[in-house]
Formats: sequence, structure tokens, C-alpha cells
Amino acid sequence: MAKSVLLISRQAPWAGIGAAEALDIALAAGAFDLPLSILFMDDGVLQLLDQQQPQALEQKDLSANLQALPMFGIEQLYVAQHCLTVRGLADNPLALTAERVDDQRIQQLIRQHDYVMTL
Amino acid sequence: MKFVINVLSSSNAPATRRALRFAQAVLAAGHEIVRVFFYQDGVLTASNNLVVAQDQQDIAKQWQAFITENKLDAVVCIAAALRRGVLDQAEAQRYQREAVNLADGYQLSGLGQLHDALQQADRCISFGGE
Repeated sequence: MAKSVLLISRQAPWAGIGAAEALDIALAAGAFDLPLSILFMDDGVLQLLDQQQPQALEQKDLSANLQALPMFGIEQLYVAQHCLTVRGLADNPLALTAERVDDQRIQQLIRQHDYVMTL
Repeated sequence: MKFVINVLSSSNAPATRRALRFAQAVLAAGHEIVRVFFYQDGVLTASNNLVVAQDQQDIAKQWQAFITENKLDAVVCIAAALRRGVLDQAEAQRYQREAVNLADGYQLSGLGQLHDALQQADRCISFGGE
């Protein structure tokens, strides 16, 4: 059975190339049909916000890459609820369907996967 | 045990020195390194254009020596390398750039090589941040 990866994405979408490069790891896993889940944590939760305007920062829209995840078979998406809460985004709608998880569930996810990779 | 070492920070970051010391300890303890993968700013470690002051450790050079001496499989993510100016002969030609600066012992390839290594290994240790 293929070994699974939990990718923890912690970079804000417009703080450089980091978030996009983390996402590329996920898309590559999808292209090879390998099991990978993404947990958005810390500033990484900002990637999931709806109606971003990257044009104002002369940036390319990251949400197109995010929307591609299900097409690549990457469907296990999680977001740390406390990271949304401390940023005042507890009830904000998300641009992508992601399961909101508490700390206990995060521990579980880390245990369930063969690898944990944090970017 | 089989390890993948994932290097994410530049050779100036303490994390990249720790990655090297960890990798050396892995081999010293009789374990195997399936692949060292360089991603994000980690690709800068594979540039042979780095010049380090004489009173400082040249971690990039030490990495290269370690890789060469132990004949390790050292893969540098091609997309991350191109956008940071680390090119081999083929890419320099393709994009009409003058500098070829990928150090010997490294090869440019895709992220698939990271996933391929993970499937063969028991552990993946990533070194990023500071």
C-alpha cells in the first residue's frame, strides 16, 4: 500500500512563493496517484479565504491551484479551527471545502499518516 | 532504516547545517539515505557560485563533499531551482542563460522524485526555517 503524507501548509498566500510551492508538492502527489492530505495551519489558513484580490499585489491567483486539488485526487483537506479563530475568521466562509479540525483531531491526523511534512 | 532528507532552507540557514550533520549521523549509524531532496530555498545549496568568507563554514561545499563521497542520490527540484537561478547545462541552453552553476553530484528533476523517495523510505526528515 502506498505511504501517505500529511502536508502542513503554514504560509500566507501572498508572503512569497512558499504557499504555492507547498501546494505543488500536493499536486505532484496527486499526479502520481499517491495519498496526500493537506492541513492548513497558522497563516496557511489565509489561503482558504474567499474573494481574494491578488491583482492588487501584482500576484498570480493561488486559488486556481487550490481549486485544482480535487481534480488531482487531493480531497482530504483540513483547516485548524483555532488558527481561524485567533485571526478573527472563525465563521468566515472558505473558498474550498475543508474539514475544520480541533487540536485533538490534528494529533489524530499526524498519527494516521506515514509522513508529516511542514512547509 | 531508510531515510529521505528534505532540505528547504538556504545554505546560510542553521537548518541546512543541521540537515548535513543529521545526514552524516544517519550514515554513521549504519542507516541508508534513499535520497536527499532540495526544495524551496534549499536549492541554493546546490549552486557552485556561492562564495563564503574564510572565517565561516562553507556548508554548501560540505554538503557537496558529503554527497560525492557517499555517492548519494541528490535531487534538486527543477522548478524551484530555475526560479532561483540554479541551472545545469541543459536548462542554461534551453533558457539562453550564460551561467551553468549546478554543482557536481546534484541533478535537477521534478517533485515526483520526492514522492518516489518517500515510497521507498521509512522516514523523511525535513529541515526548513532557521
